[in-house]
Amino acid sequence: MDLNTKFTAKSWPDHPETATMEAKNKFVGFWLFLGGETILFATLFATYLALRNSVPSGNDFSTDTLFELPLVFVMTMLLLTSSLTSVYAMYHMKNYNFKAMQLWLAITGFLGLGFLGFEVYEFTHYIHLGFTYGNSAFSSAFYTLVGTHGLHVAIGLVWLSLLILRNARRGLNLYNATKYYTFSLYWHFIDVVWVFIFTVVYLMGVVG
Amino acid sequence: MAHDIEIIEKTPAEYTYKKRNADRAMRGQLMMFALMIFMTLISFTAVQAGFSPLFVIPVILLLAAVQVGLQLYYFMHMKEEGHGLPSMFMYTGVLIGFLTVLAFVTIIWW
Repeated sequence: MDLNTKFTAKSWPDHPETATMEAKNKFVGFWLFLGGETILFATLFATYLALRNSVPSGNDFSTDTLFELPLVFVMTMLLLTSSLTSVYAMYHMKNYNFKAMQLWLAITGFLGLGFLGFEVYEFTHYIHLGFTYGNSAFSSAFYTLVGTHGLHVAIGLVWLSLLILRNARRGLNLYNATKYYTFSLYWHFIDVVWVFIFTVVYLMGVVG
Repeated sequence: MAHDIEIIEKTPAEYTYKKRNADRAMRGQLMMFALMIFMTLISFTAVQAGFSPLFVIPVILLLAAVQVGLQLYYFMHMKEEGHGLPSMFMYTGVLIGFLTVLAFVTIIWW
């Protein structure tokens, strides 16, 4: 069967993301990648926890004076909501409603862009205060952990834009259903990591 | 590459059944989203309220773990069938990650 075969809402399989052998392989492979990503972020969290507030003498940067929770709260809400909008996108993917799926993914992208904008603002603000990457072991560990997450968001946005644009005329079929599905897994994973970042870095940082 | 897919047209009854199940699942997802927002609000409020760190830190870590569980099992569909290997990959990752964090926070002392 040709992968570009057109379906209808009634002939669309219940699990289009794993309908072909290639799709099944991608599905398992992508979860293996996410397992590896878990370890990548765990090592960065471990480094951050070991080095947080480790600053040279005479340097008074610390988690309880640096971080501002209102900004972190807004970023959390943006990313959490973008997780829900990508759930909506996958709901429409399973119902073979291509336009609605593209629309919800575009909303997801804009929410992610908003999140990234706030993160850039936050980092610039810290750098203006003198809290640069090379300031201390604390600052390097902080930027590496939060920055790696931000890089994942940025890569996700590029991936999402390419998916939306490249498939705009093709429509939904078994060739791209898995591509959309793995993107949604990736985007939820980014949110999973952020839940630990706002808890471990920001909330625990403010508590002291 | 050969793709051995049989195109099966659903009967109207089967299609209605599928739609109804999908809508019900989506309502469940919305409930989970409300729960996640609620847990996030509790975490931020607990920190702002200025309770003892010995109380707040375990609570917010527990809330984070539950919220991540909801993301994985509901938003990422790990509760559904055919997720044996994904579960194994994720639990292995979490185990190694947990040991790494444990080692770093207990062994490094400077």
